[in-house]
Amino acid sequence: MTKQERIDNLLRLSGTDVKKCMKCGKCSGRCPAFNEMDIKPHQFVSLLAQGKIEILLGSDAIWNCLSCMACVERCPRGVAPAAVVEAVRDTVVRAQGKNGLKAEDIPQIVDEFIPQQLLVSAYRKYNK
Amino acid sequence: MKICYYPGCTLKTKAKELDRTARLAAAALGVEMEEIENWQCCGAVYPMGTDEIATKLSAVRALDYAKHNGGKLLTLCSACHNVIKRTNEDMKSNADIAFRANNYLKLEETYAGETEVIHYLEMLKNEVGFDNIKKAVVNPLNRKIGAYYGCLLLRPSGIMAFDNPENPTIIEDFIRALGGTPVVYPFRNECCGAYVSLKNSELPKKKSEKILASAKEKGAEEVITACPLCLYNLQVNGGDILPVKYFTELLAEALGVKA
Ligand code: SF4
Ligand code: SF4
Ligand code: SF4
Ligand code: SF4
Repeated sequence: MTKQERIDNLLRLSGTDVKKCMKCGKCSGRCPAFNEMDIKPHQFVSLLAQGKIEILLGSDAIWNCLSCMACVERCPRGVAPAAVVEAVRDTVVRAQGKNGLKAEDIPQIVDEFIPQQLLVSAYRKYNK
Repeated sequence: MKICYYPGCTLKTKAKELDRTARLAAAALGVEMEEIENWQCCGAVYPMGTDEIATKLSAVRALDYAKHNGGKLLTLCSACHNVIKRTNEDMKSNADIAFRANNYLKLEETYAGETEVIHYLEMLKNEVGFDNIKKAVVNPLNRKIGAYYGCLLLRPSGIMAFDNPENPTIIEDFIRALGGTPVVYPFRNECCGAYVSLKNSELPKKKSEKILASAKEKGAEEVITACPLCLYNLQVNGGDILPVKYFTELLAEALGVKA
């Protein structure tokens, strides 16, 4: 796959217009996972707009985004940074052998209180 | 009044108390919750990737069922509500998703987002009315309660249209109707850490402790939620800062039907 094809795929998968971003940083200012992200939400938008996708695809931030939609709610330009993070995470986990959770690790993590909702949502987010 | 109800899998297992107390309270208020047939897990998170279809089909099936059985679908778990309502919006306004979902399901009549998705709290407010609930209360709560909204009921507000996303009031009004005193605290609409618990429990721990400490500092004696994952994160990752309950447990308590 060419680099341009990979860029186009991320743009299509995110469904948001990254060129509308005015780099105000409000999304990152509101992000509850900001301190746990190597690449910040506003950088996801900006790096995709510049086509610098290797940095995004190698980022650890995709595992800590909470899909809380706070960034989407606050963006004054109608951009959805959460959708860019999700497009990158989808692209990473859809590749062979790149799941973010290993089934064999689950029994050690599970405690007696864990709701099914947590297992289902984590699997949906981290695995394909 | 009779309404189609989508319970979701967690309410049949770890969150039975949310389902049980909601049904008891609804019955006391004259609402019959009719569980829809053959529902499937909604997937718990709305898939944002624009090519996702298979992950949305269970929501579309439930929506289509409700369309032919009264036109309304009642939800209770915040996550189910978020997934089903956002998927419904796709069926209404995203021609590509709607076409592919309809093509797969081969429904006799095309589904185009006709069903109205109603969260239990919206049902209490708009169909029953908080004034009528107030009249039905036999055990006024008489304590200070913090409403925890989390994110899934409120955001994205353009689609969820649940309440003001920055300064919601519906759960505070609910607490007042039950004779309790609502405590407004700054972190009530901040995320608790969600599914990241399974990957990195440090993050939900930090978030949940901050939320409960903020509620406690403003005087709350307990916190209520509509989401089994919020409850888990706040209770298990948030430590013993404050008790956390489902909002329906308090409703059933106030209406005298909890036992
Ligand atoms: S959705 Fe992700 S990126 Fe956006 S504010 Fe929430 S945690 Fe941050
Ligand atoms: S809030 Fe919107 S406009 Fe501002 S930096 Fe983030 S994406 Fe760009
Ligand atoms: S959101 Fe949760 S409770 Fe609702 S169906 Fe899905 S996993 Fe089950
Ligand atoms: S606060 Fe956490 S568990 Fe609750 S609705 Fe938000 S993401 Fe879900």
